[in-house]
Amino acid sequence: MNQSDFLKVVLPFKDKVFRLAKRLLVSTEEAEDATQELFFKLWRNREKLADYKNVEAFAMTMTKNYCYDRLKSKQASNLTLVHSNYKEKDTSLDKKLEYRDSVDQVHRLIENLPEQQKLIIQLRDVEQYDFDEICKMLDMKPTAVRVALSRARKTIREELIKQHNYGVS
Amino acid sequence: MELANIEKLVGKYENAETTLQEEATLRAYFLSDNVAPHLQEYQMMFAYFQTSQDETYTKTIEFKTEKKRNYKWLSVAASIVLLFSVYMGGSLINGGDKTDPLSGMTPQEREQYAQVENALRILSSNLKKGNDAFNNLYTYENTVKKIFKTK
Repeated sequence: MNQSDFLKVVLPFKDKVFRLAKRLLVSTEEAEDATQELFFKLWRNREKLADYKNVEAFAMTMTKNYCYDRLKSKQASNLTLVHSNYKEKDTSLDKKLEYRDSVDQVHRLIENLPEQQKLIIQLRDVEQYDFDEICKMLDMKPTAVRVALSRARKTIREELIKQHNYGVS
Repeated sequence: MELANIEKLVGKYENAETTLQEEATLRAYFLSDNVAPHLQEYQMMFAYFQTSQDETYTKTIEFKTEKKRNYKWLSVAASIVLLFSVYMGGSLINGGDKTDPLSGMTPQEREQYAQVENALRILSSNLKKGNDAFNNLYTYENTVKKIFKTK
């Protein structure tokens, strides 16, 4: 497998890897480093890639594991993640302005979810993966995925309602 | 899409029972302009999901494959150089004694060589004499020091 073949296989999901890394690691720089590192790992193991039926799912699993490792080492060295880089890109209309606050709110709420729920929300609601694929990527049972996803969705909604009614009632 | 239908889907969505198609229907509804007021929160959620989908990895992917291989060859090259130098050094030491500088010279050159050798020998013996004289001076000074205990 040469470089262009490799890129053909790998490029379609590079943004997904990046977004997942960012979801877990929060900062853009960290996520960029992680993405670079992951693609380098994939490149080194390019001979084995042909054996995997679903390279994308494999890459997502790798991303998840790598980010968990990074987070662990972060906690060990007692660093906290601070994010200040949430940027919105191209929403079509002035809707953008209207949405900005609320969209930011959702982002913060997801940030406060447990890691696993964060992952599942990212994979399902943002990247729109099948449940089967998510089960494979995270090595979880379908019911467990559904329960976590349902919990995450409900938490986000309830928090939004809470914030929305704050000061009104 | 009717509101009743949407509400049903929302219920399923909360329990994570919707299929991808149903979620696409919900997304389309919530990203449109006329969303029922009591479902506002979903509008925010779907808007967020939509925008975060647009984020892309802008840097180029680098391949740094050459690094590892270079180190491997570097060590091989170093060992070859080492072996070669040991071999050459050994042959120089062993071969140095065998070759006679006088062989392959004309008689005239041989005479010149002898003369130079002689001259150098004289020079060296004279230097040695000077050294001996210095040594004598040192012993003299030492004894003087012993006697007078000066320092």
